[in-house]
Amino acid sequence: MLAFAIRRLIEALLVMLAVALLAFVLFRYVGDPVSQMAGQDTSLEDRIRLRQELGLDDPVFVQFARFIANAVRLDFGISYQMKQPVLALLAERFPATIELALAAALLAVALGIPMGVYTGINRDSWLSKVFLTLSLIGVSLPTFLIGIILIYVFSVWLHLLPSFGRGEVVSVGAWHTGLLTASGLKALILPAITLGLFQMTLVTRLVRAEMLEVLRTDYIKFARARGLSNRAVHFGHALKNTLVPVITVIGLQLGAIIAFAIITETVFQWPGMGLMFIQAVQFADIPVMSAYLLLVAFLFVAINLIVDLVYVRIDPRIRILGRGQ
Amino acid sequence: MAHSQSPMEKQALAIPLSPFGRLRDSDLFQSFMRSRLVVAAALVTVLMLAAALLAPLMAPQDPYDLGSLSLLDANTPPAWAQGGDRRYPLGTDDQGRDILSTILYGTRSSLLIGFSAVLLATALGVTLGLCAGYAGGRIDALIMRIADVQLTFPAILTALLIDGVMLAVFKSHRVEAGKFWVLVISIGLAYWVQYARTVRGVTLVERNKEYVEAARLIGLSPIKIMFQHILPNVMGPVLVIATINLALAIITEATLSFLGVGLPPTEPSLGTMIQIGNRYLFSGSWWMVVFPGVTLALLALAVNLLGDWLRDALNPKLR
Repeated sequence: MLAFAIRRLIEALLVMLAVALLAFVLFRYVGDPVSQMAGQDTSLEDRIRLRQELGLDDPVFVQFARFIANAVRLDFGISYQMKQPVLALLAERFPATIELALAAALLAVALGIPMGVYTGINRDSWLSKVFLTLSLIGVSLPTFLIGIILIYVFSVWLHLLPSFGRGEVVSVGAWHTGLLTASGLKALILPAITLGLFQMTLVTRLVRAEMLEVLRTDYIKFARARGLSNRAVHFGHALKNTLVPVITVIGLQLGAIIAFAIITETVFQWPGMGLMFIQAVQFADIPVMSAYLLLVAFLFVAINLIVDLVYVRIDPRIRILGRGQ
Repeated sequence: MAHSQSPMEKQALAIPLSPFGRLRDSDLFQSFMRSRLVVAAALVTVLMLAAALLAPLMAPQDPYDLGSLSLLDANTPPAWAQGGDRRYPLGTDDQGRDILSTILYGTRSSLLIGFSAVLLATALGVTLGLCAGYAGGRIDALIMRIADVQLTFPAILTALLIDGVMLAVFKSHRVEAGKFWVLVISIGLAYWVQYARTVRGVTLVERNKEYVEAARLIGLSPIKIMFQHILPNVMGPVLVIATINLALAIITEATLSFLGVGLPPTEPSLGTMIQIGNRYLFSGSWWMVVFPGVTLALLALAVNLLGDWLRDALNPKLR
């Protein structure tokens, strides 16, 4: 277990290093940092001094080492567009994205698993067919279109829910949360559905496929032969065994949710990191782009690592195999 | 008994010679006709393709010609609604562009970008997959590690990043004209991994077969062996991935355009049209977002269904 964890940790570090190299190349070579920071009437001497201050004349690997050292200390430089430290900008936006992502994940799991179990047990009922058809449409429709449809129905047409922003926000320490106010919760509903719908269909389909597989196995037949109730067989025996792959997929999808949050945040003008990233792309704001790239890569790698380790913990088969090697 | 043939033998001997007859008898065609949904999806796809190809002939107005637009006609509702104009069957947008014409041209852009991006992803993925599988060793390890890393990120994020970097690089140059290529390259580079993995898997099996060994013995170059001998044997799965990929590429292009980093409003794709329409949703101009939205959804759904069917039909395990 420990050897496995260490190997995965080294692999994760290598991936992070590769992404850091990419972010560095982006930061250093796309556009000239000096001309981005200096104004129109900055003199040539000032420009040269700025170059030296930024260390742009040092050897490339020295610059890369400095870039990594800065990134480890969470110093990502100054945004070209906002003229503020990137870290402060990211920290301000971080809670909004995390709250949205967690709400979407919760929605996907809370609705996806029951729907998957239902469609797995009652294969041919009409309700199962409705669920599966809906999930096919959910997979085919682009996220932004789903968001627009929801806005049109619930905001423009029915005037029930707000269509943009986070509502009222209260600060709990450094964290600005929208979860404690009525308007904040109301503002969360539509974005969370938009973001969670695709993941929900994924969970539904996965749980259904796993249930169908598990229900055919011998130990389920044996449980039935023992005279256990349907309920005990379905939930006590079958569902429990479908959850291992489901947990893996949900864990990995958390990263995808944060990435897809870019689209949802744009549709709903949700003041998160994704919206900031899109604005950075439009303005070629390289420090923000490379910081976002590093942050997202870190989240992905960390989630991957945790999922791998959890997987080993909860599935005894892998643990024993690992020991055998 | 010796001279009479059973009906079954007769059927087996009667090999249909015409290409159409052969097509009609094939498993693929049989399974195609069995599902009404798939036939409908194919019909929708063909109709959209035709509309995209014939857009310059069919469209009542040229949406790229700014001179023919009149701001006085902006925000006209569809012809059947109150205040509609018969010249604009589906209404106009904020520039006075005819929505129907713009949808025709937009579908053309979306499909063109989709096909080009899939072509790029296929070429790249198949080449890298063949090299990895055939050469093995370090080349294989390197290509597959890159593939693994890229697979950790969702393709849409990769496409967005490449798009962002290219826009930043070309910022000082004329970027509007190059946006088509920026989109094709970002989407193409985002989706090569799946091809490479599949092709590598098949190549690993194929390279140990006798025909490859024979080709090697008569002294053919590795490039010739890979592309002339192994490649035909991996085309089945590649075709399936490419079809499903087309739907993904179309959606990705629409998403990038919607996010404002795709095609510019002067040459709108379906995604750009939806982005423009989205701004006017609250003023009640629903037609500016509904018609392009429905077109995009239908196109993506139809191509998705075709891809799903092709995957199942070409999978011998499911027959």
